[in-house]
Amino acid sequence: MIPLISLSDVTVTRDGAPVLQGASLTLAARDRLAIVGPNGAGKTTLLRVIMGLEPAQGRIRLFGADCLRERDFRAQRPRIGLLFQDSDDQIFCPTVLEDVAFGPLNLGQTEAEAMATAQATLETLGIGHLAQRIAHRLSGGEKRLVCLAGLLAMRPDVLLLDEPTNGVDAANMVLLHSALKAFDGAMILVSHDAAFVAGLANRAMLLDRGRLIPARVHDHPHLHSHPHLHPLE
Amino acid sequence: MSLAPADLRLRLLAALALAMALSQLQRPLTAALALVLLAALALADRMPAERWRRLLHVEGFVLLLALSLPLTLPGPALLHLGPLPLSADGFARAGLLALRISAAALALLWLLGGTDPMRLGGALRALRVPERLVRLFLMTLRHTSLIGAEARRLQEAMRARSFRPGSNRHTWRSLGNLLGMVLVRALNRATRIEEAMRCRGDAGRFPGSALPPPPARDVLAFGLLLMAAVLAVLGDRM
Repeated sequence: MIPLISLSDVTVTRDGAPVLQGASLTLAARDRLAIVGPNGAGKTTLLRVIMGLEPAQGRIRLFGADCLRERDFRAQRPRIGLLFQDSDDQIFCPTVLEDVAFGPLNLGQTEAEAMATAQATLETLGIGHLAQRIAHRLSGGEKRLVCLAGLLAMRPDVLLLDEPTNGVDAANMVLLHSALKAFDGAMILVSHDAAFVAGLANRAMLLDRGRLIPARVHDHPHLHSHPHLHPLE
Repeated sequence: MSLAPADLRLRLLAALALAMALSQLQRPLTAALALVLLAALALADRMPAERWRRLLHVEGFVLLLALSLPLTLPGPALLHLGPLPLSADGFARAGLLALRISAAALALLWLLGGTDPMRLGGALRALRVPERLVRLFLMTLRHTSLIGAEARRLQEAMRARSFRPGSNRHTWRSLGNLLGMVLVRALNRATRIEEAMRCRGDAGRFPGSALPPPPARDVLAFGLLLMAAVLAVLGDRM
């Protein structure tokens, strides 16, 4: 079977310094690959390389097709959804519904179809009530879910998630987690949140100073305590 | 040996004097001489190739002017382009303007092109330019790049969601939304910056260290450039 995404020996240099050095990975159907690494290790760059947003050396194959130029990537982008680290980078339309409908419109749906797709996607994620809200005034968690809805509305085969849990409150975290759990495609997950990663990923790799190393998800029972707050009676 | 003063205040003043003098030239010959002289000074100073390329951008604008002036200025026709007369006055005016603009642009590139614009703030303040203008200038510089970066990230996110600009309603509306969002976020950013400044006890003053007096060598270089500017204007009138 052809892997959905395969990178071999990808190198990215910025201002003379290597950001990625000979990184290779393959992503098969239903893979949920977690990539873990310290700040500045090149995680965001890796996702941008897959989307064709970052010039890179090496071989990039998406859905079995070699991607060299913008034109090659453009053909494959509808099948990959990238969730940006900063939701504000992704949201640019006045209302939530319009923003979610942007992707479907790009795929050639009519205005009415796109709006219906957008509304249905919002409902699936449990945020249908946000449809008419002004998008940039939402809370951090709501914005993240709207961004995810914008990607899911395009029915991608692969999701690339860049720190999806950043700035998401507990209630929206539950919605985010169940939405990602229900997604039946493959995904690459970049996150600091170990519990979130362990709950979703079935493969893992470490990224350290631009080098990508295979790792395994390690899970064992803990005697566990954590502080939390209760309202006073 | 460079004739450009190292001191930024004198550099700014020299650039101002040269630009003002060049804008007053009436005869193509003096303007051409000034251009040649400035080019020689810039060459002697080993002005980097990148700044010469920036001069080319200016020439694009000059070319536009040279194309439009013969068509728009009245006067006896020198040539006919189909039914349209191209006036001799228009050609003369376009030629003179091209020389003056090129010379002034070259003077600015030579004297100020290699300076980090952020450094001009201190020099402007030392020249007693009103604090509000200096601040506006520095804030604009600081934030155009930030807002530009924000706009670029928004555009990348659009591309990642398969957006391709075309000539249709979807494209126009999307670009309108993009522009609107950039403005909204610029305004938010400005508010946040102002709040952060207030939190640190902003009292409307910026710290700036006083600059040392310019060295004699710079004063001499400035004097020579000023003299050249005055001579150019006087020579032009004779």
